[in-house]
Amino acid sequence: MANIISDETIEYVGILAKLELSDEQKEQAKKDMGRMLDYIDKLGELDTEGVEPMSHVFPVQNVFREDVITNSDTREELLVNAPEEKDGMFMVPRTFE
Amino acid sequence: MAKEYETVIGLEVHVELATKTKIFCGCSTAFGAAPNTQTCPVCTGMPGSLPVLNKQVLEYAIAVGLATNCDITRYSKFDRKNYFYPDNPQNYQISQLYLPICRNGGVEIETEDGGKKVVGIHEIHMEEDAGKLIHDEWEDCSLVDYNRSGVPLIEIVSEPDMRSAEEVIAYLEKLRLIIQYLGASDCKLQEGSMRADVNLSVREVGAAEFGTRTEMKNLNSFKAIARAIEGERERQIDLIEAGKVVVQETRRWDDAKGESYPMRSKEDAQDYRYFPDPDLVPIVVSDEMLEKIKANQPEFRTEKMARYKEEYDIPDYDIDIITNSKHMADLFEATVAICNQPKKVSNWLMGETMRLMKEKEVDVEDLHFSPENLAKLIALVDSKAINSSVAKEVFEVMFEEDVDPEKYVEEKGLKTVNDEGALRKTIEEVIANNPQSVEDYRNGKEKAIGFLVGQTMKAMKGKADPGMINQILKELL
Amino acid sequence: MSLLDMTAVELAAAIKAGKTTAVEATKEVLAQIEAKEQLYHCYVTLDKEAALAQAEAVQAKIEAGELTGPLAGVPVAIKDNMCTEGMLTTCSSKILGNFVPTFSAEAVLNLQKAGAIILGKTNMDEFAMGSTTETSAYGETKNPWNPEHVPGGSSGGSAAAVAAEECFYALGSDTGGSIRQPASFCGVVGMKPTYGTVSRYGLIAYGSSLDQIGPLAKDVTDCATILEVIASHDTKDSTSVERQDTDFTKALVEDVKGMRIGIPNDYFGEGLDEEVKSAVLQAAKVLGEKGAIIEYFDLSLVDYAIPTYYTIAAAEASSNLERFDGIKYGYRTEDYAGLHNMYKKSRSEGFGEEVKRRIMLGSFVLSSGYYDAYYLKALRVKALIKKAFDEAFAKYDVILGPVAPTTAPKLGESLADPIQMYLGDIYTIAVNLAGLPGISLPCGKDSKGLPIGLQLIGDCFQEKKLIQTAYTYEKARGEFPMAAKEVC
Repeated sequence: MANIISDETIEYVGILAKLELSDEQKEQAKKDMGRMLDYIDKLGELDTEGVEPMSHVFPVQNVFREDVITNSDTREELLVNAPEEKDGMFMVPRTFE
Repeated sequence: MAKEYETVIGLEVHVELATKTKIFCGCSTAFGAAPNTQTCPVCTGMPGSLPVLNKQVLEYAIAVGLATNCDITRYSKFDRKNYFYPDNPQNYQISQLYLPICRNGGVEIETEDGGKKVVGIHEIHMEEDAGKLIHDEWEDCSLVDYNRSGVPLIEIVSEPDMRSAEEVIAYLEKLRLIIQYLGASDCKLQEGSMRADVNLSVREVGAAEFGTRTEMKNLNSFKAIARAIEGERERQIDLIEAGKVVVQETRRWDDAKGESYPMRSKEDAQDYRYFPDPDLVPIVVSDEMLEKIKANQPEFRTEKMARYKEEYDIPDYDIDIITNSKHMADLFEATVAICNQPKKVSNWLMGETMRLMKEKEVDVEDLHFSPENLAKLIALVDSKAINSSVAKEVFEVMFEEDVDPEKYVEEKGLKTVNDEGALRKTIEEVIANNPQSVEDYRNGKEKAIGFLVGQTMKAMKGKADPGMINQILKELL
Repeated sequence: MSLLDMTAVELAAAIKAGKTTAVEATKEVLAQIEAKEQLYHCYVTLDKEAALAQAEAVQAKIEAGELTGPLAGVPVAIKDNMCTEGMLTTCSSKILGNFVPTFSAEAVLNLQKAGAIILGKTNMDEFAMGSTTETSAYGETKNPWNPEHVPGGSSGGSAAAVAAEECFYALGSDTGGSIRQPASFCGVVGMKPTYGTVSRYGLIAYGSSLDQIGPLAKDVTDCATILEVIASHDTKDSTSVERQDTDFTKALVEDVKGMRIGIPNDYFGEGLDEEVKSAVLQAAKVLGEKGAIIEYFDLSLVDYAIPTYYTIAAAEASSNLERFDGIKYGYRTEDYAGLHNMYKKSRSEGFGEEVKRRIMLGSFVLSSGYYDAYYLKALRVKALIKKAFDEAFAKYDVILGPVAPTTAPKLGESLADPIQMYLGDIYTIAVNLAGLPGISLPCGKDSKGLPIGLQLIGDCFQEKKLIQTAYTYEKARGEFPMAAKEVC
């Protein structure tokens, strides 16, 4: 296996992705990611010098909306699925130190 | 001998654009609505929702870019900036990193020594604003309101070209003026429609390399910016002098305490994993689009100054002050359009308006008396319906509440008494009661008449025409 | 003939002719669900009462002459990653276990306008990540041809529901083969249209640049008819394409004379099951006999499609799935200490293993220092793959090959080795990278009695050529009864 994923990398990716893994899961994740990256490294065989990265397959461009208000107050709908709410707002653990 | 340090400053200025709707959905951007009443699936990150770009946002961004001498990127894209925070409903912000809409611009500012200097603009990009977090002490939690989520912003990133707080403020004032002239934003720092983050480093004078910079946030007035710059400069110099290093970090300025502290937590990796947003398509700015925006650019300050000089007989000093705010210039032009008396309008703006702004600490952008009412006030004075001191009194009320001066004068009974008989009678009484002054006058003390006029005015409760009092007094004496 | 044996178009015609009603058809299909659902578990959510109420309303409109379309009154199943107003939409994930959308996906709205009756939401691999429907948080769906086998995925519930006649047709979504492969495994017809043809508004995104909604149906006629109804230019979806040629049923023509069909040699190499290979080549022969010009060619880059796909899809998914954070909707963990702990616990408990695997991979390939080497590299290879197809379509009208290397594997055999599972997508994945349309239709069965799928791939916006070729083959092949008819 060429790609060795370190504990630090798994830890770091966990912070980025907001995932918390058990030690066992971390070991598995290290293995899985290493294998997957080995597999992806296959792309290195191809010479892509001078090839533009392609995000969109079609040259669709300039899709705009006009600056016109189309939405009205739908707060009740918005909050229907909220795990916790108060005073018409979403309640979250405190964000200020 | 103590070392001499130079401060190197670059700014990231966020400006809320004056569109009616949000950047990617048809929700209103109006200020002050009840929490979450201006939201929809798009700006609250509901699963399955998709963004569509508001064309006006692009047009404003290009207009600002043109006015700040930027190159307009003909093939531009939106990227996702990924980070978790409750005010960011998708947990990514749609912004531009790789292909921002404008690049390589600059604006000229005046330096303290009266010279000129160009502050470079690295780029201008479009992005969405975040929601608002409110701390609930009672429940010890935070509450999220997404009304501001998705409000369009442009971020103007300068080059590290500024060397003092004065230059920073000159640069900000210049940007603000340009953007206000464009009508792209009202640029109010206090309300957050213009926000500046300061990137600052220090180095010994003559050093070739820049020092390590920090970024300071939460600066919501010019004064706070100036204080934060001074504070951070000192903090960094102290660190260097003590042999310590400056850490590259984001700091939050607490203006009340006059100090900053680091914002970083260990749960923030500061790795935003930018990549092109697959939900949005590229923007291709055609020659045609660019020409149209160019053609629609408004008259900027220098052009306006030249025109005022030609059209209106008012002093250069007045022109300078009036055109230094788009709002003031608009007020001036609109009032002149009604009453056709540039000189008098200018006098009101330069005199009473400036005085009251200073006295009541009102920003020029917050002036809210209407051109119609100012024109009416001028007409009232012209027709001698009120005298100038009453006019000043009325103006002060207009300044606060934008009352209709005609109605106000009527209601409060402030009209000048034009009944010559009554006036004559009052003056006769004043003459009888002030023999000393009468005698002084008769002995050649011209000034004594002023006292008598004042006494008459007082007796008339200010509602008399001073010219007429003078005339009658002289006649009787 | 039982109502259940009818295709969607046949049923709509029968209702229109007054031979039956939408209500009767709905009752019959609900009875079938009642009888078979325990065995196959095609649905995550069912709303029988709502379905009957819709049926009555639709029937009234049909009788009033307000609904005259070719699908009016026909009951449909919707994959659970499409938002349905007022109906639970879970993506087969615990994290959306209680999520009730306040709006419906554009494709669903288009169906409703055409008089569809929504029965419920079908099971899928969690967030469409998987090829077997085994990664669902709500239990696996079983293949109606043999319940010991998987139905394929990720639209496994939709494919199985059609095969088991628990609906007349279904909507699925296809990011790397998620319509075509389960269609193949379940012996139904599935089509992924050109990217941008069906609005993605209301489709809960997995890989936004790859996702497309499409039909799963009993035959090519139904498939073309459904696609014609759901295709629309949607101003709410910036990637939606304005097309004038969505009258797909016009292509239901039995004629392939002169149609140039290319068979990529690279699709018939190592790993392809012999029985699958011979069934697919037999189908090519049939088309040749009908007048098509059959040629073999080298497509190239086939082996690079999977790593390219997994890089791009994982990167997009890692970002798309950030919104599931326990704040606005969905699952929030019970106990937590502070904001970041709440995020981590809600997400770790709410997402399944395969989803977490892809989120982690995606976060990694976008992270500082790896973006160029992995993500941009993949976008460059994507450009090369697109170019390879462009070159192929300069020579051919249609590319023909298998859908998957094997028929449906047994339950429990695939998940142990993710890369092995990913390799099963080798023939379908490149189609999504290049934004192309592809159709899967049955072309035989293997010795175990499991269906084999034939895949036809067209150039961008050339669905009509696909439909015409598929239709001609289907006529020549003869009837291919649904599993419900054959095995139950």
